[in-house]
Amino acid sequence: MAIYGTTLLSICLLAGLIIGNGIGQLVGVNKNIGGVGIAMLLLIIACDHLQKKGRMKPPTASGIAFWSSVYIPIVVAMAASQNVLAAIKGGPLAVLAGVLSVLACFALVPVISRLGRKDEGKQDSPSSSS
Amino acid sequence: MWESIEAVLTKYSLVTAFAVIGVTVWVSYLASEKLTRGRLHGSAIAIFLGLVLAYWGGIETAGKKGIADIPVFSGIGIMGGAMLRDLAIVATAFGVRLEEFRKTGLSGVLSLLAGVFVSFFIGAGVAYAFGYRDAVSLTTIGGGAATYIVGPVTGGAIGASSDVMALSVAAGLVKSILVMTATPFVAKYIGLDNPRSALIFGGLMGTTSGVAGGLAATDPKLVPYGAMTATFYTGIGCLLGPSVIFMTIRALV
Repeated sequence: MAIYGTTLLSICLLAGLIIGNGIGQLVGVNKNIGGVGIAMLLLIIACDHLQKKGRMKPPTASGIAFWSSVYIPIVVAMAASQNVLAAIKGGPLAVLAGVLSVLACFALVPVISRLGRKDEGKQDSPSSSS
Repeated sequence: MWESIEAVLTKYSLVTAFAVIGVTVWVSYLASEKLTRGRLHGSAIAIFLGLVLAYWGGIETAGKKGIADIPVFSGIGIMGGAMLRDLAIVATAFGVRLEEFRKTGLSGVLSLLAGVFVSFFIGAGVAYAFGYRDAVSLTTIGGGAATYIVGPVTGGAIGASSDVMALSVAAGLVKSILVMTATPFVAKYIGLDNPRSALIFGGLMGTTSGVAGGLAATDPKLVPYGAMTATFYTGIGCLLGPSVIFMTIRALV
């Protein structure tokens, strides 16, 4: 049944958020650290496990796939409920700070992509030789 | 007549949201196909329309939640709120291969740290250029250049004034909206076409809404990778902002 997939998804999200809150409290910020990311890992591991055992039936998968497929409309709804007016009213300081930080980070994407590749190359060679 | 319609739309606000957003997405994909011949992705147009609606809602109601402040459209706030958004983001991980994440481990962490530090210092630099000289305001505005959550959390922790907090939130909103709309245009220039660079992109940008929207408009297959690292960003920013970064900025000014 489709609800089984949605149940698995929900449990992963809740567990991830609880762990993320725990990490946040552990390091002394009352914020969720990586909860959604942890939930994604849990879902990947759980689905991998179920697929290998052949217990991921198509209806179950559809209960997850549905939520994945309405992702873009949800993002549109999210955009429609942002405080766009405040962003524009923040004036030149806010706009400049936002724009410059985005530009700098765009520029860093290829830099870190290249750096990382070299690092991993170095790491790969000893581990593959050992 | 309108009153009875309005009563239904408000009572079933989430269903209204599905209908309104669905039509918005449909119109956007149609416009993408007919007007831009697919050059501008339908989801990018839809997200932009969403922002326009949010602006209109802000003017109409003077509220903080865009169009969701209008009672008939309040369901859009639920549909686009953290709960369903996170559920859908996690669902995008379905079908992703674990090895893709393992391969990127180190550069993922590097991109997170670089993203947080660079944003903080650029934000603080701009604030400095605009005449702010105290470490508390500089750090808080810097936090806003990280994300609109990091800014006020940092400001709250180190005791910033409310007008500085508002500026910081505004900077974060500008960043989020810009990442949503500009990403599809710069994607090919920064090599944003594979899971690896998407992971790095998420770590550098950090704004979950911006990364989620920007990648969705670029290539929906990349969303889970970027979203994955981005969800760590706000937590790390809130951790480093009031501590390491505040102390560094205080030492500098």
